[in-house]
Amino acid sequence: MKTTPFTRKHQQLGAKMAEFAGYLMPISYSGINDEHTAVRKNAGVFDVSHMGEFIFKGENALDLIQRVTTNDASKLTSGRAQYSCLPNDDGGIVDDLLVYCIEENNVYMLVVNASNIEKDWNWISKFNDKNVEMHNISAKTCLLAVQGPDATKIIQPLTEMDVLNMPYYTFGKGTVAGVKNVLVSATGYTGAGGVEIYFEDKDEAPDVIWNAIFEAGKSYGIKPIGLGARDTLRLEMGYCLYGNDIDDTTSPMEAGLGWVTKFSKTFPSSAIFEKQKKEGVKRKLVGFEMIEKGIPRHDYPINDAGGKAIGKVTSGTQLPGINKAIGMGYVETAHAGIDTEIFIGIRDKQIRARVVKLPFQ
Amino acid sequence: MNFPKDLRYTKDHEWIRLDGDVATIGITDFAQRELGDIVYVEIETAGKTLEAESVFGTVEAVKTVSDLFLPVAGTITELNPALAATPEVVNSDPYGEGWMIKMKVKNVADIHELMDADAYAAVAGE
Repeated sequence: MKTTPFTRKHQQLGAKMAEFAGYLMPISYSGINDEHTAVRKNAGVFDVSHMGEFIFKGENALDLIQRVTTNDASKLTSGRAQYSCLPNDDGGIVDDLLVYCIEENNVYMLVVNASNIEKDWNWISKFNDKNVEMHNISAKTCLLAVQGPDATKIIQPLTEMDVLNMPYYTFGKGTVAGVKNVLVSATGYTGAGGVEIYFEDKDEAPDVIWNAIFEAGKSYGIKPIGLGARDTLRLEMGYCLYGNDIDDTTSPMEAGLGWVTKFSKTFPSSAIFEKQKKEGVKRKLVGFEMIEKGIPRHDYPINDAGGKAIGKVTSGTQLPGINKAIGMGYVETAHAGIDTEIFIGIRDKQIRARVVKLPFQ
Repeated sequence: MNFPKDLRYTKDHEWIRLDGDVATIGITDFAQRELGDIVYVEIETAGKTLEAESVFGTVEAVKTVSDLFLPVAGTITELNPALAATPEVVNSDPYGEGWMIKMKVKNVADIHELMDADAYAAVAGE
């Protein structure tokens, strides 16, 4: 199993560890509820070094990105990032990703899901017929997400970059805790605000940065956060998780990702998606909350009042902090309207739920 | 981890406390740690007579769901009423306030076949 430069720290901190995407990762430390609340109220640190980073360089780098992704990367100027999808040829999604414009029309970074690094690399490589310089820097890149309302206050004293006033989906490169060439971006997967910090796994850098963050965050009650709370936090915001809510068989139009699908250019399946936009989709990803007691889980059936199958749950949990069970799932479009009553098949029972707006709450 | 000596245990990580022919059953300290924050205990088998190894309920943590297996044959007589409102007591006090059911055991001898604390500690990897 692969490790990250922080694996030993997680173990020393007593984290519950498990395999995720081939990496030994922390699932929880003090408990998912406690960690979830810490991020919503104060700040938490996630080791997400397992994620993949590709650097694309050269005069045709933007052209390559434009031909493989759904969002319009030509809108990006240096220091800006965007959320996007890599579509396949069959109307599905190879991966969802972030595109960072490091130097306009020349240098870009793509941040992809750990489980898809090889798949994405091979897929994109097939389109690289104009000699774009491609570097897979995943193995030597550390990524710490510092998230929560206090996150930027904690990071600010460690750097000369203006982290406190960094607009959402922008980033800077500079020194953090004395480590040079660190990329700090105002992004995250929690909806709680904060930054993501990318740096090379070199010398003492991982130790220095980790320790500096926890030292600076001590008075704010900063906590290490595992993948368990990462999942409940993203689900509370209605963010898709690749492999659960989106995959090779789901369209961005079905998944509510039309806002990152731009038809000012062509890309794999763009004709399929444009037709779906015009004519509507047969099923839609919706958020729902349970009316009766029960917790929805991935792959549980969704039925209508008459017991007819209308879809499947893709993600579900009991929301930490409030006594409410929520989920997301695909349902036939006729049942996708807000407040529609649906039924989740939990073990041998049909439990009432209703479609709600995303994000939850 | 804590495995009281006066209890019996199963490989499914349940504990059994015997008093006459009445057994109190819950999940072990190891089980509650593995599950994490417990948010819902669903047991709808009160009054039922079940065989050993039957599923008598379900425990839901934030991220996982796990079946509860009856350690020995018998009749379920009582559910812990506190679990409906405060399932988290299974985490905080698995052998006390976090008990799950009481049952009338069919053959008391079956209980003595179950693991003692030392044998269970080995199963739990202690």
